[in-house]
Amino acid sequence: MAGNILIAKDLKKSYGDLEAVKGVSFSILEGEIFSLLGPNGAGKTTTISMLCCLLEPTAGEAEIGGHSIAKEPMDVKRLIGVVPQDLALYEALTASQNLVFWGQMYGMGGQALKNRIVEVLEQVGLSDRANSRVDTFSGGMKRRLNIAVGLMHKPSLLFMDEPTVGIDPQSRRNILDMVKDLRSQGMTVLYTTHYMEEAEELADRVGIIDHGQLIALGTQKELTHLVGEMETLRLHFNEDESTADLLSKFEKVPGVKAASATDHQIILTVADASDVLPEVMNASAAAGVRIRSIDIQEPNLESVFLHLTGRALRN
Amino acid sequence: MKRVLSICWKDLIITLNDRSALVFMLLAPFLLTLGLGLVTGSFSTSSSGSLEDIPVMVVNHDDGQMGQILIDVLFSEDLATLLEPQLTDDEDAARQAVKSQDAYAAVIIPAGFSENMLLGDVESIALVPLVEVYSNPGAPISASIVQSIVSEVVNQMYTRRVSLSVTIGGLMATGRLDASQKEAFTTEMAGRLGGQQESTSLVTVNVNQGEPEEQVNYLAYLAPGMAVLFLMYTVTQGSRSLLMERSMGTLQRMLTTPTRSVEVLGGKLLSIFVTGLLQMVVLVAGSGLLFGLDWGSPIGVILLLVAVVAAATGWGILLASVARSASQVSSIGTAMMLLFGILGGTFIPASMFSEPVRLLGKLTPNAWAMDGFTLLATGGTLTDLVPSLLALLGLTVVLFGLAVGLSRKRWASGFLK
Repeated sequence: MAGNILIAKDLKKSYGDLEAVKGVSFSILEGEIFSLLGPNGAGKTTTISMLCCLLEPTAGEAEIGGHSIAKEPMDVKRLIGVVPQDLALYEALTASQNLVFWGQMYGMGGQALKNRIVEVLEQVGLSDRANSRVDTFSGGMKRRLNIAVGLMHKPSLLFMDEPTVGIDPQSRRNILDMVKDLRSQGMTVLYTTHYMEEAEELADRVGIIDHGQLIALGTQKELTHLVGEMETLRLHFNEDESTADLLSKFEKVPGVKAASATDHQIILTVADASDVLPEVMNASAAAGVRIRSIDIQEPNLESVFLHLTGRALRN
Repeated sequence: MKRVLSICWKDLIITLNDRSALVFMLLAPFLLTLGLGLVTGSFSTSSSGSLEDIPVMVVNHDDGQMGQILIDVLFSEDLATLLEPQLTDDEDAARQAVKSQDAYAAVIIPAGFSENMLLGDVESIALVPLVEVYSNPGAPISASIVQSIVSEVVNQMYTRRVSLSVTIGGLMATGRLDASQKEAFTTEMAGRLGGQQESTSLVTVNVNQGEPEEQVNYLAYLAPGMAVLFLMYTVTQGSRSLLMERSMGTLQRMLTTPTRSVEVLGGKLLSIFVTGLLQMVVLVAGSGLLFGLDWGSPIGVILLLVAVVAAATGWGILLASVARSASQVSSIGTAMMLLFGILGGTFIPASMFSEPVRLLGKLTPNAWAMDGFTLLATGGTLTDLVPSLLALLGLTVVLFGLAVGLSRKRWASGFLK
C-alpha cells in the first residue's frame, strides 16, 4: 500500500497582519494526483511556495519524502519538481538550452542530461522545436516547456501551480492529457487550479481552499456527499439583461439552498430542480428578465464550493 | 561550483544573443572614441600619436619688456616643435580662431603687463591674473600644455619681482635706502630685471618628443575612458538581469532546485565579472589594432583590467542589492554610468577638476582606471601601478561587503516572493 509522500501540518503564512494561509493540513499519497482547488487569492500558490522551500512558514511543518521542509530543504528540493504558475523560462535561449540549464541546476550532466532532454521534449511534444528560441513559441508551447523543466530530474513529487492559465483550449487539453500520462507513469502530482473541471477530470483527491483555509478535503464522491442530493441549476441570461435584483428574489424561493451570480449566470443549489424551476421562471418573468437557457447538473465540485462558501468558484 | 559556472555560462549565452546589448557594449565605445578622436584632432597628429605643432594665437597688448619676453619664450627654438604660435594684434580674431578650432589656445597679454609686473604692488600682482590663456575645450591636453608654459614664465617673473621687493625692504630697514630714493631705485632695478630676462632661458620646458615613453596621445586617454564608461553599462546590465530574473520567476525557480542562494548570487556575480572582462579585453585589443595604441606593459594591463572589472562589478552588485526593480536599476545605472564617467575623467581630465571633485572621483573605478592606463601607456612599470591596483582592490572589497550584507538582509526578509 502506498504511503504518504507529503504531510503538511497546520501550515501558516502571514505578511504582517495579513494571514495568507491560516493553518493548512493535508497529506498526499504516493502516485496520486491531489488537487488544491480554490479561487484566485485563496492561498494555493503561497501553500505551494512553502512546500517548495521558497517561503518559510510562519508556523506549522511539512515533510516531503520524510524530510522536513524547514530542516532539510536541500533533501526536499532533490525530490520535488516545480511548474510555477508564471512561465519561468529564458526566452532568449532555445528549448534545449533551457533544459540543459535547469537540468544542471538539479545536478544533472553528461550523457544522462542529453538523453533526458530528448525524453522530456518528446513527452511534451516539442522535439521538433528543440533548437528554436523560446521567444518564438506560442503560449501553449511555452507552457509545455515550463512543464518539461519540472520533469527534467524525474521528481518524486511534481508541483503544478495552475499550469493551464491563459492558454487556448487545445493547449489546455494537451496539458491535461500530459498530467494523466504522468499519473500512468506513477508520478505524484500536486495540482492547483481554480477550474473545477480540471480538478474533476484529474484529481484522485481534492482539497478545497478558500481565504487561506482548507475547507474540505476528500475524493470527489466524498465531497459531493457534503451537499447531499442537491442539484445545481444554472440559469443563463443575455448580456444586456440586468440580473442584479433577481438573485435576492431567487434566494427567497422555497427549495433554494444557495445562490450566486457570475458572468451573466445565476447558479442555484436546490433540493429538487423540478420543484424549484416553475417558481424561478415566474420570478424571472415578474422581473421582466428573459432566461436564455437552463442547465441542471448533478452535484459537483462547483456546487460543493457554492454550498460551503455561498459563492461561485470563479467569483 | 558547477551550478555557479552553469549560471554564469547561461548568462553569457543570453548576453551573446542580445544584439542591442552587444552593440552598446562593444561597438559604441569604438564609435565614441573614433568620434571624439576626430573632434579633438587626435587623428591629425603624427603617426606616432605625439603632440606637436599645437596652434596657438598670441596677442600682445603690452608695450614693455615683460610681454616681449613671454612672446620670445613662446617663439623660442626650444618650443618650435611643440608649438606653432602666430602673433596677431586682433584679439577678437584670435578668440574666433580658438572657437573655430583653428587654434587650440590664445595667449592674450594685457596692456600694462610689464608696468604692473615691474612696478606694481607685490600683493596686488598675486591676486590679478596677468595673462589670459583662452583655450579650446575640445583639445584639453594641448590647452593645458600652453597654460603650463605661460604659467611657468609668469611665475618666474613674479618670483623675481618678489625678490626685488624683499631687497628694497631690506635696504630701507638698514637705512641704506630712504623713502625719497625708493621709487628711483625700484625703477632702475626693475629695468635691470627686465634686461636680465631678455634671455629666453628663464623658462625650461622639457618636451622629449623623441622618447616614446613620454609621448602623450589623446587617443590613449580616450580609449580606456570609453572602455571603462561602457564597462559600467555592462555591470549595470548584469545587475539588472538579477532583478529581471526575480520578476520573470526564474530566480525563484532556481531556489526551488537544490541550489543555494549563495550559489545563485555567486553565479550572477561571476557572469557580470566575466562579461565585463571579455568586453574590456575586446575593447583593449580592438583599440590597439584600430587606433594603433600601445597600452603599455601587457601584464600591467591584464592586472589593471581584472582590478577595474572587479571594482565595477562591486558597484553593479551593490546597485542590484538596493534597487527594487529592473527598471530602477536601468535608470539609476545610466545616471551612475555618466556620473562616474564625468567624475572619473573620461571626458575631461581629472587634473582640471577642483580637489573635492577629484577626491570624489576616486570612489569610481573610472578614475583609478584612467590613472592606471595613462601610467602604463606612458611607460609606467608594475611598481608604479601598485597604488591604483590596491585602491581598486580596496574599492572591490568594500563594495562587495556592502552588497552581500544588504542582499542577505533583503533575501532573508522574503524579497524573492
